[in-house]
Order: sequence, then structure tokens, then C-alpha cells
Amino acid sequence: MQGEVNEKETPAAGRRSFLKWSSAAVVSALAAGLDLSDLSLGEAMAQAPGGPLISSGSVDLGSGDIGILNYAYALEQLEAAFYTQVMRTPYRGMNSAERHALGDIRDHEIAHRNFFRSALGANAIPALRVDFSKVDFGSRVSVLNTARTFEDLGVSAYNGAGQFIQKPDYLLLAGKIVSVEARHSATIRDLIAPRSAAFAGDDVVGIDGLGLARLPSDVLPMAAPYIATPVTAKHLQ
Amino acid sequence: MTTTNEPVVQDTILNDLDPELATRLTSRRDVIAKTALQLGALATVPVLLGGCAARLVSGGMPQQVVDVLNFALTLEYLEDEFYRTALSQPRLIPASDRAVFEQISKHESAHVTLLATVLGFDAVAKPKFDFTAGGTFPDVFSNYRTFSALSQAFEDTGVRAYKGQAVYLIGASFILLTALKIHSVEARHAAEVRRLRGEDAWISGSSRGNLPAAAQPVYAGDGRAAQLGVSSFGVPREAVTEAFDEPLSKAQVLGIAGMFIASA
Repeated sequence: MQGEVNEKETPAAGRRSFLKWSSAAVVSALAAGLDLSDLSLGEAMAQAPGGPLISSGSVDLGSGDIGILNYAYALEQLEAAFYTQVMRTPYRGMNSAERHALGDIRDHEIAHRNFFRSALGANAIPALRVDFSKVDFGSRVSVLNTARTFEDLGVSAYNGAGQFIQKPDYLLLAGKIVSVEARHSATIRDLIAPRSAAFAGDDVVGIDGLGLARLPSDVLPMAAPYIATPVTAKHLQ
Repeated sequence: MTTTNEPVVQDTILNDLDPELATRLTSRRDVIAKTALQLGALATVPVLLGGCAARLVSGGMPQQVVDVLNFALTLEYLEDEFYRTALSQPRLIPASDRAVFEQISKHESAHVTLLATVLGFDAVAKPKFDFTAGGTFPDVFSNYRTFSALSQAFEDTGVRAYKGQAVYLIGASFILLTALKIHSVEARHAAEVRRLRGEDAWISGSSRGNLPAAAQPVYAGDGRAAQLGVSSFGVPREAVTEAFDEPLSKAQVLGIAGMFIASA
């Protein structure tokens, strides 16, 4: 099971070991030629039109709606892995309200990630290897600032991608998720600067009252420091 | 929604409503009629309104897009006046929370300006609001709990309202992009107000939490456990319902907003 390598099966192992296990699991599954229905890289490589292309260790998201869904799937993988680690190794002084909020957010991101993996089926990109070496999981400041970065990036990514989605069902689905990401962002920002304007600060909402939107070509380089697997979007807008 | 080559003016904001509320929302019916005339040329074009093919054409926006924008403008009028009125009361909002509501108010004013500008002569007139909802919330501007409860209800409604209209903007990329940007800002507002009120920032099931019963329609149908055929998410069902915000239809939203629109 591809996604679960990032969550509950591992005991309270250190970050590095579970990340290694994550990539190792994919490699060993491939090597063993296992027919994992969820993983099914062979099928993915056989590719539906627009499906992802996996070659020499890098992943291209594909094109059209499948490409956009894989783009979202990549970001949700990143977020789910991050919060899973946050809750596995709570920072010093995490209070009960923070534990509650961050635990909820972890569950939401896991739900998002697993949704995309299931919905994409054979067209899903594989599990990405993440790189959180720049995050100090023992530090509240480091964890919350990273969370803010990821949530703001996620909101802007969904905002920017909506216009490229062709199928109404997928656009609505993206809409159902992006507002939850925005709720996450506001929550993280409120934890950092309680009861201030930061929840919808002028750094993420313009004087025209509009939230940030980013194109995949801007989002992927910002996510890249946290994703060890090279991800390309050669066929996205 | 589907139409043919018939010159149909989709006055959706009116058609979905009970006639009495529709009357209250059309104080500028003359303007709208004029708009229909202006769009005469457009209406002879096969405007495919199957819910997915509205296209910008020269000389104006498709009626479907105008309808969505006017629907949004009506909600923004409501929110804008609500917060400006509240902030003008000297003892309503505690100093500790004032920065939050000033930020929200700033955004709602900007949304009104933006939508009214985009719509130009096609913009609906601002309705007359009654934030007591005919006496249901008599202390809305003197009791902070009542005010913040309505704030939460309006923001969560706004999020669901924009979400429900997005699919009608497919093909009108710039308008869709703009609507999505507003949608995400409304969600930030909703989250913060919920937190101020001691609630989680996200909606569990279809629970209205500590809001009064009159607010239940705001959360109707928000507790879906499956999405596009996927029903297994690897997390508790409650978390699944929190992870996906559901849309409201235009009629549902106007049913809620209509409580606060005064009779002529």
C-alpha cells in the first residue's frame, strides 16, 4: 500500500528512517514485481492518455485534468507526510489546542491524499519521496512556519489551477478542498499570531480583496526543496 | 439550465426565488431589462449554457456569468454592510478581536467594489438589509455573541455559495480565477471567526456547533462521507466530512440571505 508508508504502519521511527522506508517500499515493490492494486506502477506506465510519465527517477504529472489532479495529489502527499511527522514527534511545548488542530489537519490532508490516489487509480503518480531536512520538528516556530508555507502554497496552487480544469466534477472537488486548505492556513496563522489580521494577512490577500493564485510553474519550484523526487509538469499550463 | 438558440435571458437570481423575495431583489428591474436589450446581440449567438460552456463574447459577458456575479455581489453587499455597521458601534466588538473584523470588513468592501466594477451597468442594486431578520436577532449590533454568530453564518454561507457557482464559470477563465480567489478569502474569514467563537475552523458533519437553530440551513448537506465514488479515506468519518467543504445551491443561499433582506 503506497500511501500508508507515510503513516501508521511504522512505529515511532525517526523521520529519516520512515522516509527511507517510504522510497524503499516503492523500489522493493517494483523489484519484486508485486501486483499491488493501489500502486500498480506498471499500469501507470502503460498510461492512459494524459497519464503521468515516470522515467529515470523523475515524475511528470501528465496533462489535462489528470495532470491537474496529479499536481494536487503531489501537494497533498507533501502535506500529509509533513503533518504525520509533526504529530509523530510533537514540538516542545505543543499544547492541547495545538495538538487538536494539528491532528485534525493531518487527518484532512491524509483524506485528501488518499482521495486523489483512489480517484486517479492507474493514472496516479507514485508516492513521492519528501525531504524535511530543513525542518526542525522539535521547534514550534520551525513547524508552524513550514505549515504556513505549505498551506499558503496549497491555497494559491488550487486557486491558480481551477481555470485549467475541464470537467465540472473535478472543479467542484478542487473547490471542496481549497476552502479547507484556506481554513488550515488561517488556523496556522492564528496559532502564530493570535487574533490579529494575519489569518488573511496582506501578504496573502491583496488590496483588491483577492487571495493569491499561482501557476504550477511557480508552485513546483517552491515545493521542490521539500520533495526529493524530481517532479515536472511539462504538459501543464 | 440548458438552452437552445432561443434568446433566453437567464435571470437565475430571480428565477430560483420565491416571488416575494425576487421582488425585493429587483428594485432595478428596469436596469436589468435594459441589460437584456444590450445583450440582444449576444442572445442570438448560440450561448451554450449547459453548465460548462459559457464563453466570453465581445460586447459583454454571457448572462450566466452576469447572474453568478450579481449573486456574489448581493452576498458581498450583505457582508460589507454587516461589518461596517458593526465596526461603527462603539462597544460591540472587544478590542481584542477588532483587528480581525477590520481585516474582514476591508476585504468585503473590496469585493463589492471589484464585482460592481466588473459588472458595470449590469450590477444589481444593493438591497435594503435587516440584520435582525425581522426581529429574530434583535441584539445583533449590541451583543457580541449574536454578532459573531451571524458573522460565522455569513462567512460559512459565502464559502459554500461561491463553491456552488464555480462550475457555471468554466470557460470564463478570468472570472473563474477571480471567484476562486474570493472564495479562498471567505474561507479564511470563516475559519478565523469560528476560532474566535471557540469552534474548530472546519465544519464537522453538518453541525452548526454553537450557532442558533436558525443557522442550520447554512450547514445543510455538509456531511458527505463519499467523494466522486471514493468512500475509503483512511481516517475517521468525521475527519472526512471536515476535509471537504460542500457547495450550496443559489436557491439555498438566497433562502438564507433572504432572511436578512428587508421587505420593500
